[in-house]
Amino acid sequence: MPKRTDIHTILIPGSGPIVIGQGCEFDYSGVQACKALRREGYRVVLVNSNPATIMTDPDMADATYVEPLTPDILEKIIAVERPDALLPTVGGQTGLNLSVQLAEAGILEKYGVQLIGADLQAIRIAEDRSRFKKAMLAADVPVPVSHFVYSVEEALVAIEEIGYPALVRASFTLGGTGGGIATSPQEFVRVVEHGLRSSPVGEVLIERSLLGWKEFELEVMRDRADNFVVVCSIENVDPMGVHTGDSITVAPAYTLTDKEYQYLRDLAKRVMRAVGVETGGSNVQFAVNPLNGEVIVIEMNPRVSRSSALASKATGFPIAKIAALLAVGYTLDEIPNDITQVTPASFEPSIDYSVVKIPRWNFEKFPGSDDTLGPQMKSVGEVMAIGRTFPEALNKAIRGLDVGLPGFTRALAARYTPTLEGVKRPFAERLYHLAALLTEENWRDVSASTGYDPWFVAQLREILAVEEELAQLAVGDWRAELADPASATLSLIRKAKRMGFADAVIGANLGLTEREVRELRLASAVKPVYYRVDTCAAEFEAHTPYLYSTYESDCEANPTDRRKVMILGGGPNRIGQGIEFDYCCVQACWALRDLGFETIMVNCNPETVSTDYDTADRLYFEPLTLEDVLNIVDLEQPEGVIVQFGGQTPINLTTGLAAAGVPIWGTPPDSIDLAEDRGRFGALLRELDIDHPQWGLAYSPEEALAIAHRIGFPVLIRPSFVLGGRAMAIAYDDASLLRFLQDAAEVAPGKAVLVDQYIEDAYEVDVDAVVDGEHVVIAGVMQHIEEAGVHSGDSACVLPPYKVSLYHLSIIRDYTEKLGRALNVRGLMNVQFAVKDDVVYVIEVNPRASRTVPFVSKATGVPVAKIAAQVQAGKTLAELGLLRMPEVDGFFVKEVVLPFDKLPGADTRLSPEMRSTGEVMGHASHFGHAFAKAELAAGMILPTSGAVLMTVNDFDKSAALKLGRDLHRMGFALYATEGTAVALQKVGLPVTIVQKAFQEGVTTVDVISSGQVQLIVNTPLGGQAHADQSAMYAAAIRYKVPLVTTLSAAQAAVNGIHALRERALQVRSLQRHHFGASA
Amino acid sequence: MTRPALLALEDGAVWPGVGFGAVGTTTGEIVFNTSLTGYQEILTDPSYHGQIIIMTQPHIGNVGCTPEDNESDRVWAAGLIVRSLSPVVSNWRAVQSLPDYLAERGVIALADVNTRALVRHIRTHGAMRAALSTEILDEDELVAVARAARDMNGLDLAGEVTCAEPYHWHESQEWWAPTAAKHAAADGRPFHVVAYDFGMKRNILRKLTFRGCQVTVVPATATAQEVMAYNPDGIFLSNGPGDPAAVTYAIDAVRDLLGQKPIFGICLGHQILGLALGAQTYKLKFGHRGGNQPVQVAAHGGVQISSHNHGFAVDASTLPPDVINSHINLNDGCCEGLVAPQQRAFSVQYHPESSPGPHDSDELFDRFLQMMADEGEQ
Repeated sequence: MPKRTDIHTILIPGSGPIVIGQGCEFDYSGVQACKALRREGYRVVLVNSNPATIMTDPDMADATYVEPLTPDILEKIIAVERPDALLPTVGGQTGLNLSVQLAEAGILEKYGVQLIGADLQAIRIAEDRSRFKKAMLAADVPVPVSHFVYSVEEALVAIEEIGYPALVRASFTLGGTGGGIATSPQEFVRVVEHGLRSSPVGEVLIERSLLGWKEFELEVMRDRADNFVVVCSIENVDPMGVHTGDSITVAPAYTLTDKEYQYLRDLAKRVMRAVGVETGGSNVQFAVNPLNGEVIVIEMNPRVSRSSALASKATGFPIAKIAALLAVGYTLDEIPNDITQVTPASFEPSIDYSVVKIPRWNFEKFPGSDDTLGPQMKSVGEVMAIGRTFPEALNKAIRGLDVGLPGFTRALAARYTPTLEGVKRPFAERLYHLAALLTEENWRDVSASTGYDPWFVAQLREILAVEEELAQLAVGDWRAELADPASATLSLIRKAKRMGFADAVIGANLGLTEREVRELRLASAVKPVYYRVDTCAAEFEAHTPYLYSTYESDCEANPTDRRKVMILGGGPNRIGQGIEFDYCCVQACWALRDLGFETIMVNCNPETVSTDYDTADRLYFEPLTLEDVLNIVDLEQPEGVIVQFGGQTPINLTTGLAAAGVPIWGTPPDSIDLAEDRGRFGALLRELDIDHPQWGLAYSPEEALAIAHRIGFPVLIRPSFVLGGRAMAIAYDDASLLRFLQDAAEVAPGKAVLVDQYIEDAYEVDVDAVVDGEHVVIAGVMQHIEEAGVHSGDSACVLPPYKVSLYHLSIIRDYTEKLGRALNVRGLMNVQFAVKDDVVYVIEVNPRASRTVPFVSKATGVPVAKIAAQVQAGKTLAELGLLRMPEVDGFFVKEVVLPFDKLPGADTRLSPEMRSTGEVMGHASHFGHAFAKAELAAGMILPTSGAVLMTVNDFDKSAALKLGRDLHRMGFALYATEGTAVALQKVGLPVTIVQKAFQEGVTTVDVISSGQVQLIVNTPLGGQAHADQSAMYAAAIRYKVPLVTTLSAAQAAVNGIHALRERALQVRSLQRHHFGASA
Repeated sequence: MTRPALLALEDGAVWPGVGFGAVGTTTGEIVFNTSLTGYQEILTDPSYHGQIIIMTQPHIGNVGCTPEDNESDRVWAAGLIVRSLSPVVSNWRAVQSLPDYLAERGVIALADVNTRALVRHIRTHGAMRAALSTEILDEDELVAVARAARDMNGLDLAGEVTCAEPYHWHESQEWWAPTAAKHAAADGRPFHVVAYDFGMKRNILRKLTFRGCQVTVVPATATAQEVMAYNPDGIFLSNGPGDPAAVTYAIDAVRDLLGQKPIFGICLGHQILGLALGAQTYKLKFGHRGGNQPVQVAAHGGVQISSHNHGFAVDASTLPPDVINSHINLNDGCCEGLVAPQQRAFSVQYHPESSPGPHDSDELFDRFLQMMADEGEQ
């Protein structure tokens, strides 16, 4: 069937900020959809509040709205753009929910917008658990015994039939939020209460627990001619009970016979038809009883998902792109398979390799949170690896995680002392515990304890067995035989490499360094070859250079002799290193392609746009380790390697790459070291006469105390060489300093600790600049809303700075220029400043792309990352036409989102340790509106009336008076704890006194939970959170009451409230804003 | 205990590996199969008689073997080549490991082979003869053995795999299969299907039995008269190995049967029907073997994902004008089915009985039943 000609403009909602459960996989799917639909001649209107995405690049859509994803805002956009259709299936759960809201509110009907890709009825059946169950039973699809309940009382009745352990799931939530497993009545009541609160419709499902069953997923597609294909089967290594986003998963499924697999396939087809998904991709999840093969369908998602992104990368079948084409009327047989070019998309990929995905968690940043894995997803990113076999892919995945582990190795026994009992609990590091636990004798017990299928455990055991052989070899006189290419030693090394062993692991067993192993390998021609991901197990020739390494024969890479440049990506997303860096890598890729270079991307994050085979000319889906990157460099011999766009991961490889003679483009490796080495950097600042906080490097608690006493408390302490402010804290006295030192020692044992002067009451300014060796051009100056001391990644910021004087700006400009030249930067540079009184301090310099580059690009309309890439390729800023700081029209506010609702128990106060997972942008001609929009986009709805709870520390009391006055004038009632209330009453403001949590009488928690207050302003005083504060924060998160923890943010919120009361929010596309393009 | 073994191709290429299953030397035509599951069904499919199979899925043997998954009473494949043999068996249905299963049946297999490079070799150079041995480890010697192996072209292999005597089939399909309506003649008597065994897969018989048919299986050499003596409601032509043009006796028999009773053919049965109708067949460069092939149904344009195993095909351009090219492979345009309305005969090149493979084309069995029902009404 040909494409539809009755629709012209298509609206695509994105998924908003990156949160746990909804990551950058939806940037990938959205980008694919935008590209595919525009290529077909449709006009695409994109809405996404997340400025860090590639999809919100103004080049990706005809009209791009970086606006809050709420029905009101969407209606305004629809009124302006008048789309004919809305594609609800590529923006994750957020996009889907928003589309349902728009449909149910009658907005789509009002403006004549039709849903394409999934109709309302189908979405409702798939998303609403009671309808889903009914539809499945009608289609003879087995689903678990379950009951929907709307109160604890009903739940207690339902559990009688279902029995313990029971699974509780909240309806209409993402990432399993509000879910849990209950094994006792007490636990059950707690989990149900939490679930009822989390569900926007107050509904939870209580169902038969399938704990310990095997879990499988099928990624399927259907078109309007009822053609149906399975793109990929995925098997979870972790059994049922662990959210699939937190499971180690593999493709294809390994422990099903054909009879069983085809049964799942038939069920998936029945599910698609019963739900009524007429076109597009879906994901169907199954539980299979390992003892008798009983199959239960757990759920389905009528949209592209995290798993579909994984399946696309695992097979080379671009699900989101094809889903978009199906939505506009094509059928699968009309769409060509890009990779083979000669066959159509109406087929099922066959893969002749193994794919392993491992989630990446960040529990270390959330002391107090529980690392037990369950139905609520907790991971923040994932790595994927491809190998010919499962052991090879698993080892590559572990080193691709970038957590300092070289693979599945016995050496982990030095770190862990696991027991068979201990590994019954699913937790983040369980896999590594198995490396220390597994023996020839106990592998069946390990399988029983973990619920891992014996097949996987046996494969893990095979890896360790080869390592044991290596260790035995090391005892003998193996070096003597090396000259003989057929020697047992070399054949064992080959065998180890074929199982994915890193050189470092081989070296550790043979008593060699990683470098020595590499030299030994190269001398003996033990080198990887690169195979193509071809969708068809080599049945047809692959035309797409989407490659993975393996230790076989017959390399399929066929490097070209074009001028080429290699871009190193960022690896798995984690807090502090996320989608922003993928944005930069992709922009760089496009810019360099435009300059005529062949672009080579190296990355191992399946969620990203950079790992779309369509993005770079050549894609190496490989771990970002020195060994893996050097192997690719050996083969490709690029003219340059770009390290500054992928975040800290490629930066950390720079020294090793440079030492191996690899040409690094951009800022010289020595400058990177100069900026990172505090001693050298301190000397440079002194030489340039630039103010900076006093600091010292301590190797012992005594030294740290001495430094703190020299520069005076408070001090900021952190281990050297860490990312995202890991274990960074502010100490106010000797006791807290010693306590934090202990944490730091755990994070980076043996490493020095930095002790910095903490400049209190300063505000921070972030600068992104591009440097070409001659000119240093500032692309954007951002002022943080939160004061210094809150990690820059966790602070809201505004561009242009709304409170920085011209005097300070000129100093900032001067310092930036000096540093850019002194550090010999080529490309991007980020400088962080603290401004206090008349002094501007330089806090740090990062000679690489920063987290704020995409935000600056969206705010200024200048493609900063592209320009920086061109500069690294030798262009000058004069040639590129960027010699002056871009003017910014209006205000752009970036706000962050924090994952505390997913990680109960964590300390929710903002600190120098970064913990946000994502960001949003709000823009408007006035600061207040821009801020209100950013808050709205981040899910914090600023009230325009009602009451405010204020409880501030003593130092903030006087400043809080003005805040109280402004709120009172706008008609807000004031509630306050005693100290704050007394201060407010002194200036004559009416205030209701409430008690701190756990005290007698009406408490802060009471007024939050009863809905009496609509905004909370609390400014804690350094040191530890008190129990009462934690209780108040937990209540705020639970009841979704906006909470502001700094006075500067509170003042901004007041500005926002004021603006909202004056005039409703307006919308404007980036294209119209920057280029005046008419819609 | 690892046992060195060697694979040699007639073009001189050799591939060392580790032997498992039986010991000895075997020869055959080397082919590859891209199915991710179903190695046991593949090994026991008589259509693989005389062929050494490479599985492109690297991990083989994971789920062991179980009697239910046999498609015949023996392993017909001449040999098996895999990348990584599972060290354990993990599936609730398994009763035996793959190495034990093969050893018991005298089948030689090879592991630790770079199967992808081997497949690319065959994709480039075409299907060819090969020898696999755990005894002859001298490369030149084994290449000579490969070159001395018999050539598939012009070879009647159906005669080698067919049953010796007619028999009745009773077993129906199991829980995993799609559901289908049962059919019977107007008078309530079950339809009687006489099925030619050119290398019959059991799941075809199960599908017919499941739909209420009474099935009599006859040898490939059965004449039209012998078949008609059973007074069948329909005639089925099974899958099977080898060059269809060489099975002249069956082509003659089918030609005689045309128009008498509804005929349904699968795989070799499809090719024999095509030849009986006057079309020609040819050998594909490396064949279709896998469970993921897109076949378009000409009648409505829908696409079915289908299970394939064929090295020969009917040349659509040689079909008589009254015969419809009913199914087309979207990968290479190859003829995958035909319908001869006047003769009330139809056939498909691929495997609607699946096992292994998707169940998308299960409806073809219903169509056969419907033809038999229509016959009664005339």
